[in-house]
Amino acid sequence: MSYIVEMLHITKDFPGIRANDDITLQIEERSIHALLGENGAGKSTLMSILFGLYQPDSGSIRIRGKEVKISNPNVATSLGIGMVHQHFKLVHNFTVTENIILGIEPRKGPVIDIRTAEQKVEEISKLYGLAVDPRAKIEEISVGMQQRVEILKMLYRDAEILIFDEPTAVLTPQEIHELMQIMRRLVAEGKTILLITHKLKEIKEVADVCTVLRRGKLVSTVPVADTDEEKMAEMMVGRQVSFHVDKGPARPANELLRIENLNVKNVKGVLGVKNLSLSVRAGEILGLCGIEGNGQTELVYAITGLTKVESGRIFLKDKDITHLSIKERIDLGLGHIPEDRQKYGLVLDFTLGENFIIHNYYEKPFAAHGILRKKAILENAQRLIREFDVRCGQGAMTPARAMSGGNQQKAILAREIDRSPEVFLVVQPTRGLDVGAIEYIHKRIIEERDKNKAILLVSLELDEIMDVSDRIAVIYNGEIVGIVDAAATNENELGLMMSGALRKTGDASSHRAHETVRV
Amino acid sequence: MTARKEKIVLPLIAVLLGFVLGSLIVTLTGRSPLSMFAAIIKGFSGIDIINRQPINTRYIGEFIIQAMPIILTGLSFAFASRTGLFSIGAEGQLMIGSISATTVALLVEAPKVVHLPLVLLAGILGGALWGTIPGVLKARYNVHEVVVTIMMNYIALHFNNFVILHIFGSVDRVKTAPFPETALLKSPFLQSITRQSRLNWGIIPVILAVVIFSFIINKTTFGYSLRAVGYNKEAARFAGMKVSRNIVASMAIAGAFAGLAGAVITVGTFNFGRVIQAAEGYGFDGIAVALVGGNEAMGILLAGLLFGGLKAAQPLMQSQGIPREIAGIIQASIVLFVAMKFGIKMVLDRFERKQVPTTEGDRV
Repeated sequence: MSYIVEMLHITKDFPGIRANDDITLQIEERSIHALLGENGAGKSTLMSILFGLYQPDSGSIRIRGKEVKISNPNVATSLGIGMVHQHFKLVHNFTVTENIILGIEPRKGPVIDIRTAEQKVEEISKLYGLAVDPRAKIEEISVGMQQRVEILKMLYRDAEILIFDEPTAVLTPQEIHELMQIMRRLVAEGKTILLITHKLKEIKEVADVCTVLRRGKLVSTVPVADTDEEKMAEMMVGRQVSFHVDKGPARPANELLRIENLNVKNVKGVLGVKNLSLSVRAGEILGLCGIEGNGQTELVYAITGLTKVESGRIFLKDKDITHLSIKERIDLGLGHIPEDRQKYGLVLDFTLGENFIIHNYYEKPFAAHGILRKKAILENAQRLIREFDVRCGQGAMTPARAMSGGNQQKAILAREIDRSPEVFLVVQPTRGLDVGAIEYIHKRIIEERDKNKAILLVSLELDEIMDVSDRIAVIYNGEIVGIVDAAATNENELGLMMSGALRKTGDASSHRAHETVRV
Repeated sequence: MTARKEKIVLPLIAVLLGFVLGSLIVTLTGRSPLSMFAAIIKGFSGIDIINRQPINTRYIGEFIIQAMPIILTGLSFAFASRTGLFSIGAEGQLMIGSISATTVALLVEAPKVVHLPLVLLAGILGGALWGTIPGVLKARYNVHEVVVTIMMNYIALHFNNFVILHIFGSVDRVKTAPFPETALLKSPFLQSITRQSRLNWGIIPVILAVVIFSFIINKTTFGYSLRAVGYNKEAARFAGMKVSRNIVASMAIAGAFAGLAGAVITVGTFNFGRVIQAAEGYGFDGIAVALVGGNEAMGILLAGLLFGGLKAAQPLMQSQGIPREIAGIIQASIVLFVAMKFGIKMVLDRFERKQVPTTEGDRV
C-alpha cells in the first residue's frame, strides 16, 4: 500500500514535557484521516511538525515515499501541504480573491492581475462546490464562508494534502454538514485530508481512518468502519466514558427567572431580541438553542445587565432587575458562565487564586478594611481546586493563562457554583473542550439543578442542548419560535425550528401545543 | 525560567546590553570606553577612579536630585498602565503640580509644619485634577487618553507660564519672587553631608510614594480591581466591577504622583516658580523608567536611580571629552532592549534548553 504522508517515530520535546513520543502516522492517498486526542495530547504539535512550524527532535517524514525535511511552512506549501487553522488568518477588509492571492499575487506588468485571479478562484470554487463569491469582502460573509476561503487558499496553492485543525468548532450544525460534503468532494477529486478533532461524531461520519493520541503517545490507528464512538472515546481518554448524561427527572418548583416582552438592540442598532418572553423555574434546565447570531448574545447580555434593554422586563425571584447594575444582579443571585472564557470569564494574567475572588474580592474573608487577605484567598483557592479537580501546576499561584481550556472552564465553574447562585446562566460551557471535561461539566450543571437552582443553558451544540436540558426553547431571529419538552423532541424538529421553518407556540407541558409550518 | 526571575533578569540584561552598545559607540568615536565608565561611576558615587581622590559625596546628592522627579513620573505612568491606560500626561501634570505648589508657596503664610505639607498637597491635588480630566473623557466619552494627555501637556505648559508672568509677575520674565523659607524642602543637614549639593527633604515624599504605590497595587482591594481592569476590562465588567470609575480613579492617582514631582522640583531643587520654555522631558523619562522597572514600585525606584545617575554623569562625560549625548544613547538603548525582552527571552530559553536536557519522566 502506498502512503502519501508518513511520519515515522516522531519525538518532540518541549521544556518539561514530551509533546510527541515516538509517534508513527501513515496516511493513505485520497482518504480522510482523523487525528483524535484530548487537549494537550500532542495533535497540534504533530501537525505543526508536518507543516514546518516545529522541527522534530528525532524521527523522519516521507511525502510520497520520499524523505523530506520540512524546515518551514514554505517548504510544506511547495510539497503540497496546506493547513486550515482553527482561527482563520484573513484580512477582513480585503475581498475573497485578495485574501487568497496574498503573497503570490499574479501580475500584469507592475499591477496585480486581479481579474485572472478572480477567474481562477471562481473555477476552483465551482470544481469543489464551495459556492464562494470571489468579489465579496471577508467582513461581509459568514464564518462558514470564511472557512471556505481558507480552503480555497490551500487549493489555489495546489495543495494535495489538506490539514484541518478543529474545523467545526466555529460552525453551526448546518455549516458542519456542508463542510462534511465539501470534504468528501475534495477526496473524490483526489485530495487527502487530515482532520484534527475531538468530536467523535464527525469522525464517524466522515473519516476513513482514525489515529488516537493520548498524552503525546500513539494509542492506536483504526479503520473508522470497525469502531464506534464509545471505543474511540475510551482510547482517547483512557477510561470508559458515558455519553449518556445521567440525570433523573426534573422537579420544577417556583419560577425564579421571568422575562416579559423583552426587546434588546444589537450592536448594529436594530432589535436583536424581539418581544421575547421566557421563564425558568427552580429545579429545571431550560436549554436555549438556535443558530449563532439569532439573539442569544443580546438576551444573555440583557439578563446579566451588560446591555440596556429597549423595553420589557426581567424578574429575578419576583424582583424587577431590568434596570439594576451588573453588580446588583450578581448579588441578588445571578450566576453567569460567559460564552468566551478567556475574554470574559477570566483575567488570564491573574493567578487562579485571584480569579476565584473576582466577584467578592472586597468582602470578608478575602479583605478587611480595603486590604486583601492573602491567607484567606489562598485557602479558598486550595479548597476549590480540590473540590472541582482543577489541574494546575502551581496551585493557587498558577497564572490562569498557563492552564488548559478545560481547566480554565472548570475554574470558572468552580467560582460560579461556589457562590451558589439561584439563577444560573450557562453559555456555551463546553466549547472546545474534550470529552472528559464535557462529561464533568454536564454532571456539575445537573447537580446544580438538583439543588433547586434555575438554569438557563445557551448552546450552539444541539447534542448538548438535547442531553442536558429538561425543556428546550428555540430562538430564531430574536424570537422564541417554540418551547418543547427535551424528551419529546428530536434533532429534526429542532433543526426546522432553528431555521425558522417551524413554529410551536403554547406550553411545552400541554399536549395541545399549536403547530404551524411555514411554507 | 520562572516569571519572577524573568522580571529581574531581563531588565538587567537590557541594562548590560545598553552599556555594551554605549561603549561600542564611544570606541567608534575614538575615545576610551573606560573613561566613560569612570565618568558614570563618578556620577553615581563620587568616586574618582582616575585621579584617585577621596569620595565627593556632592555627586551622590546631585544624582539623587536627578532621580527624584523621574521616579515619581515613572510611578505615574506605571499606575495608569496597570489599569490598561497609556498616559503621556505626566509632563503636564507635573507642570500643574508645579504651579499649584508655587501658588500655595507664595500666597500662604504659615509656619513650616503647616506650610510645607500644604505646598506638597497642592502639587498632588493639582496633578490629580489634571489627570482626572483625561480620565473622565476616557471613561464617559471613550476619547483616547493618549491624544488628550498630549494636548493637556501643552495647555499645562502655557497655563503655567501665563500664571507666572501675568498673575504673579516676574521681574526678569523667567522666575517669580523667591518663596519664603517655610515653603522649602531645603535641608542644611542633607546639604552638609553631601558637600552642599541640592539634596533636600524631597527624598521623603519620593520614598513614601514608592511605598504607597506598591501598597495600593498589591495589597488593597482597590489595587486588585485596578489590575483586573488593566488586564482584562471585559472580564472585570462581567464580574460587576465599575470599570469607568476605576479608569477615572487611576488617572487621578497617576496625576497625583506627577503633581508631587512638580512640587518637589519647585520647592526642592528651586526656590521660585519658573517660566518653562518647553517640556523638560520628565514625562518621557518617566515612561522609560516605568518600562525598565516593569511597572513595579521597586523596579521603578531602581530604574529611576539608574537614569538619574546617567543624567548626572552627562557633564562629567563631557569633561572627559566624551559627547554627553552618549548617556542619552545608552538610556534609549536600554529602553529599546527592554522592549526587545521577548527576543532576549528566546535566546535565553534556547541557551537554557541546551544546558538542561529534559528527562524522560518529566512530563506534565
